[in-house]
Amino acid sequence: MSILINKNTRVICQGFTGKQGTFHSQGCLEYGTKLVGGVTPGRGGEKHLGLPVFDTVRDAVAKTEADATMIYVPAAFAADAIIEAADAGIATIVCITEGIPVNDMVKVKAALKDSKSRLVGPNCPGVITSDECKIGIMPGFIHKKGKVGIVSRSGTLTYEAVFQTTNNGLGQSTCVGIGGDPVRGMNFIDVLELFEQDPQTEGILMVGEIGGSDEEAAAEYIRRHVSKPVVAYIAGVTAPPGKRMGHAGAVISGGKGTAADKFAALEAARVTTVRSPAELGAAIARRLAKKAASKAKPQAAAKPRAKPTAKAKPKTRATIKAKAKATAQRKKTARAKAQPTRAMRRR
Amino acid sequence: MNLHEYQSKQLFARYGIPVPTGHVASTPEEAADAARRLGGGVWVVKAQVHAGGRGKAGGVKVVKTVADVSTAAAAMLGQRLVTKQTGAEGLPIHQVYVETGSKIERELYLSLLLNRDTGRIAFVASAAGGMDIEQVAAKTPEKIIRVEIHPAAGLMGSHCRALAYGLGLKGAQVAQFEAIARGLYKLYLECDASLVEVNPLIVTGDGDVVALDAKINIEDNALFRQKDLVAWRDPSQEDEMERVAAEADLNYVSLDGDIACIVNGAGLAMATMDLIKLHGGAPANFLDVGGGATRERVTTAFKLILQNPKVKAILVNIFGGIVRCDMIAEGVIGAARDLGLHLPVVVRIEGTNAPLGRKMLQESGLELIAAADLTDAAKKVVAAARK
Repeated sequence: MSILINKNTRVICQGFTGKQGTFHSQGCLEYGTKLVGGVTPGRGGEKHLGLPVFDTVRDAVAKTEADATMIYVPAAFAADAIIEAADAGIATIVCITEGIPVNDMVKVKAALKDSKSRLVGPNCPGVITSDECKIGIMPGFIHKKGKVGIVSRSGTLTYEAVFQTTNNGLGQSTCVGIGGDPVRGMNFIDVLELFEQDPQTEGILMVGEIGGSDEEAAAEYIRRHVSKPVVAYIAGVTAPPGKRMGHAGAVISGGKGTAADKFAALEAARVTTVRSPAELGAAIARRLAKKAASKAKPQAAAKPRAKPTAKAKPKTRATIKAKAKATAQRKKTARAKAQPTRAMRRR
Repeated sequence: MNLHEYQSKQLFARYGIPVPTGHVASTPEEAADAARRLGGGVWVVKAQVHAGGRGKAGGVKVVKTVADVSTAAAAMLGQRLVTKQTGAEGLPIHQVYVETGSKIERELYLSLLLNRDTGRIAFVASAAGGMDIEQVAAKTPEKIIRVEIHPAAGLMGSHCRALAYGLGLKGAQVAQFEAIARGLYKLYLECDASLVEVNPLIVTGDGDVVALDAKINIEDNALFRQKDLVAWRDPSQEDEMERVAAEADLNYVSLDGDIACIVNGAGLAMATMDLIKLHGGAPANFLDVGGGATRERVTTAFKLILQNPKVKAILVNIFGGIVRCDMIAEGVIGAARDLGLHLPVVVRIEGTNAPLGRKMLQESGLELIAAADLTDAAKKVVAAARK
């Protein structure tokens, strides 16, 4: 398992015949992504990279049964492209385009609330399920199939986290770059929810940055709903207020959105934080090792946050079985509840 | 992109938002002439800089004779205004705005901006106008009124009434306010603003609602479709190095430290600054060469940071995704040779073609300091800057 995309995901590319679309489609094909075609208005019926080109996303979906799209359409037309994909019923829309006007995204966000689609981005590196499917611009070769889920607002910082977890042998389940814009599709919470339900994901790395309060919201969500170990890093401790640091969303305004506030919120939610991105890999390895050790001991509580009582007895087979059943049931209901994720996000 | 007050007020007038009449002036003579044209007996001379807090910094003068208008303008023009928003160097005053004085009965606050948490545009208002709204929000949050606008429905009458009654407006003022709110919302959308702020919005002695000040920021991502507004750009109000960097398509922000950094990716660039600080140094800048960094861009980046006389050491930190590390190495070597680099340079490159890039740097014969990883790079550059 993994989240959002896997080896069976059928992907199209919007802006397929453009320079960016062509270059990165090739990269995705080389990685093994099941790219089934692309869309460039006016070029329908042609072949590009050996794949069919369509005039509209609706045509592409009808002919290829695509369920994911990656968008490289220029900023001025990207909002249009996202809505077109949603209208055609694409489940996972990954928008790489940087520089989309915020007012366009305000409309897109409102429109997507009534669709079944999930949007990742814009202004993001994309989504990758290691060794299965890459939708985006990340260097595929640093990824390795494994147990860490990564969610990040930054591209190159995601690569740092990936590189470290590949080197220390943990590997990744899925990595989601949610993007650096102030108004975007999936947020930390949406991705955390999926990681929590995903059996392949054992630990989570979260990379945030200054601006907004999404990390604070994520902290609150983790405190309530996430049982898996989470390690977080926030970039921008040294960023001056009022200055946009590269990403449109990375700006401290009105004294809000500082790294210090975000670190504090995460720590209050018992997330392990690191002050250097170089420590992400080691920190999640430690958390996972600790979890494995406590699981190995029979008297340890099944839930990491339950207080270990002195009275804890070695469990009988019956109680273990009962517990396992209860856990399975809980997971089932959690999954059932989470199915209409839309409803969750509409809050 | 920021607009000047006089530009913002032109836009306000275009959208039917009442503002005091005024004229912009570049010399004391023009200022005096503006006052004569306006007539009346009270004028306000306002320094045109891209920063708030002008009043307390001496950038706003109320005067009662034409001669005093001229004197006030002369005292401001050509000077730099230092407010709490500008930093110690302040901003140059090249123009003043001369306005008819208004009788102020009440001062209110009104702004329109994005609420990032909901992804919607929101009005923020307060009866405590003329003050620092951030302080009002921090100390007395109950005095802040917020109204969120759904993009499909747009601004509704109920939104306007909630704001107007919340601000304590009465009778004809409610309708006046609604017209102002509708104008502001229309302006915000049509001009692709990221902030429209009226502080203060006043009730005059005659009971009319008027925008006494105007601040508009235009969202950078939308400048491509706001050509008319781009023509209003005033480069003199921007950081010179940040402006040059923007022209070269580099994201650059000046900081106070002495360790310059060249990084790809905004997040990694911020993290690099943080790492320098974490290891006892001080970053001189934020610089993101972008995902599509080329040899030329690396050279431009070096040229840019070398303009800062405070810089004692340079850290190049690249995680090559799309960017190939051998190409970055070529850029670093080229820049070092072309620019006759005399400062210590620590290089950490990782990712696509990293071994080849490292080999090239090693064999270049240049005195570059190779770093094994992020931590090593930060330690080495801090040590180099201290020497």
